Amino acid sequence: MKRRALIPYLLLAPGFVLLAAFTHWPTILSFWSSLFTTARGRRPSVFVGGENYAAALSDPIVLKVLWNSALYAAVTIPASIALAFVMALWVNDRLPGRGFARLAYFTPTILPMVAAANIWLFFYTPGFGLLDQVLGLFGIPSTNWLGSDQSALWAVMVVAVWKEAGFFMIFYLAAFQAVPPSLGEAARLEGCGRWGYVRRVLIPLVAPTTLFIAVNALINAFRVVDHIFILTGGGPNNATNLLLFHIYETGFKFWDTAGAATLTMILLAILGALAAVQFFLLERRTHYR
Amino acid sequence: MKLALFAAASALALSLGSARAETEVVFNFPVAVGGPVTEIIDGYAKAFMAENPGIKVTPVYTGSYQDTIARTLTQIRGNDSPAMAVLLSVDTFTLYDEDVIVALDDLATTDEEKAFLTDFYPAFLANGQVGGKVWSLPFQRSTPVLYWNKAAFAEAGLDPETPPATWEEQVEFAKKLVKKDASGAVTRWGLRIPTSGFPYWLFQGLTTANGVELMNADGNKTNFDDPAVVEALEYLVSLSKEHGVMQEGIIEWGATPQAFFEGESAMMWTTTGNLTNVRNNAPFDFGVAMLPAQKRRGAPTGGGNIFIFNAVDEATQKAAFEFAKFLTSPEMAADWSIKTGYVAVSPAAWETDAMKAYAADFPPATVARDQLEFAVAELSTHENQRVTRVLNDALQAALLGQKEPAAALAEAQAEADRILAAYR
Repeated sequence: MKRRALIPYLLLAPGFVLLAAFTHWPTILSFWSSLFTTARGRRPSVFVGGENYAAALSDPIVLKVLWNSALYAAVTIPASIALAFVMALWVNDRLPGRGFARLAYFTPTILPMVAAANIWLFFYTPGFGLLDQVLGLFGIPSTNWLGSDQSALWAVMVVAVWKEAGFFMIFYLAAFQAVPPSLGEAARLEGCGRWGYVRRVLIPLVAPTTLFIAVNALINAFRVVDHIFILTGGGPNNATNLLLFHIYETGFKFWDTAGAATLTMILLAILGALAAVQFFLLERRTHYR
Repeated sequence: MKLALFAAASALALSLGSARAETEVVFNFPVAVGGPVTEIIDGYAKAFMAENPGIKVTPVYTGSYQDTIARTLTQIRGNDSPAMAVLLSVDTFTLYDEDVIVALDDLATTDEEKAFLTDFYPAFLANGQVGGKVWSLPFQRSTPVLYWNKAAFAEAGLDPETPPATWEEQVEFAKKLVKKDASGAVTRWGLRIPTSGFPYWLFQGLTTANGVELMNADGNKTNFDDPAVVEALEYLVSLSKEHGVMQEGIIEWGATPQAFFEGESAMMWTTTGNLTNVRNNAPFDFGVAMLPAQKRRGAPTGGGNIFIFNAVDEATQKAAFEFAKFLTSPEMAADWSIKTGYVAVSPAAWETDAMKAYAADFPPATVARDQLEFAVAELSTHENQRVTRVLNDALQAALLGQKEPAAALAEAQAEADRILAAYR
């Protein structure tokens, strides 16, 4: 009997060991090292308690980075979800060349981010870049998209939305196909217009998918910074510096491991809080069948 | 069964034992796997091993400089240290502070070896020295130069054979080179000084010419707020804001050679590392010149040095030092320079027959060498990447018009002082 009780734990063990080794233990270690100064070979590390946090939160670059990340998330998440929804609606219809359209929308997702960013670097190049050449046809003067603090963050967001939307479209497409056609027919009989159908039938029915996508989009907004390395390196003057990119630089360029651990804990706290909001508040309002 | 296991184990032990008889030198090299450069390095390793049977060199290709230092320091922390690596010369202070590198003076035992350590151009040696000792040997080094489009010069009514020699001439020439279409939009800029990523490097081409160094030799004090540094930044900003000869905003490094080929800019400042690229791809005649002078001529040096790590045993350090000497010997330095376009690192290398023939065939290659006389160490301090980042942000803030040059540099100096206070 005792043996039986043990079995579920044994079955859970592999998953638990992996989680503990690669998630929980590193988290604890990061928290621990965020309480000390960085050891340099010739100077040992000292316990400083919360000083690293105070220093980080009063550093103008960290504040700028937090603001950038917030803006980046606030724009790219809704934009990529909305675009994904519209694209899925479009390729869900019986239009000619539907397979081709689906493929075209999905292509950005298959490209590695670094390769995609290199393509966009060419698009954005002032003067002879693709974007400037096309705009030039309409008499619009050359713009330094990535080289101006006004436009750089927006230019980087466009790349992220372009990259993400195709991936999310797949989930919406699957969700749409699970919606019984009879609902659409019933709506039409009742004299409900197309927009009314989308708003009153489709959107509520795919709400679980939207929640799933929103969680993923949120994670990606903080996790995917590959394009920053290629497009701007966080510049000009930190205009496109995002939290994870700054953590990388602090850890592996400035070799300030304590500073990087501190920022990592801040990132974890933000993500944890947002995930809690999503699950506990939104879930109640999401309609599951 | 047990017997078989035992036999296998002893065979393994034997093979390990025989492998130990020769010293293995693991060499982290900053280039992506599979390119033509890996073949050159593999070739050097083979040639060296043929001459030194007791040593086995294992080159490991580790991507960019940044990837390589990240990998190397992680390996050292994980007790799997490579014997040697090529890393940015400006990371000398960082590696010294991490206490992971060996002073090469301590490995040089004979007088000949000690003399060898100072055989390089002083401008190249400077970045590898801390506290009067040599901690790294110059290997793949470069310096920025000015490239000009001779066809554009002729079209603008300038002498195609005469590059600008001073700051004033540079602006004057660039103004003539700017071309606009009917609507007044610029179709060709006069000059392109890239400012993305690491603007401090080319900026040193201005500050050095203006007679000021950005830091002291101990690497614990910067001079960012020196009036001569402010003047240099004001000049850089004025190129687009006042004279309209350069694109506004931050100018991308990577696209710079392409912009030159496309005729988007008639002159560009960039590294000598682009020499072969420009030679192969410019669809017009081009010239290469030293950076223009203000109070004097001047430029920084750049590129990678060879470091040896203290975590490996002494025999391996010695073997690595042998290989480092081999790689930087005049013949090899000349060969490396000809094959890659990096500047040959010692005067003796330029005296080899191969190098003389190359210089005669392609005179622009000698511009970099001649500029070395006026060149200084690249900006390098303790916590180097953090301090240069502070300067980079200040330069970009001024170029974007967010701050006045003097204010931006004063703030950068205060921040650098705060970081470096611990090292004084």
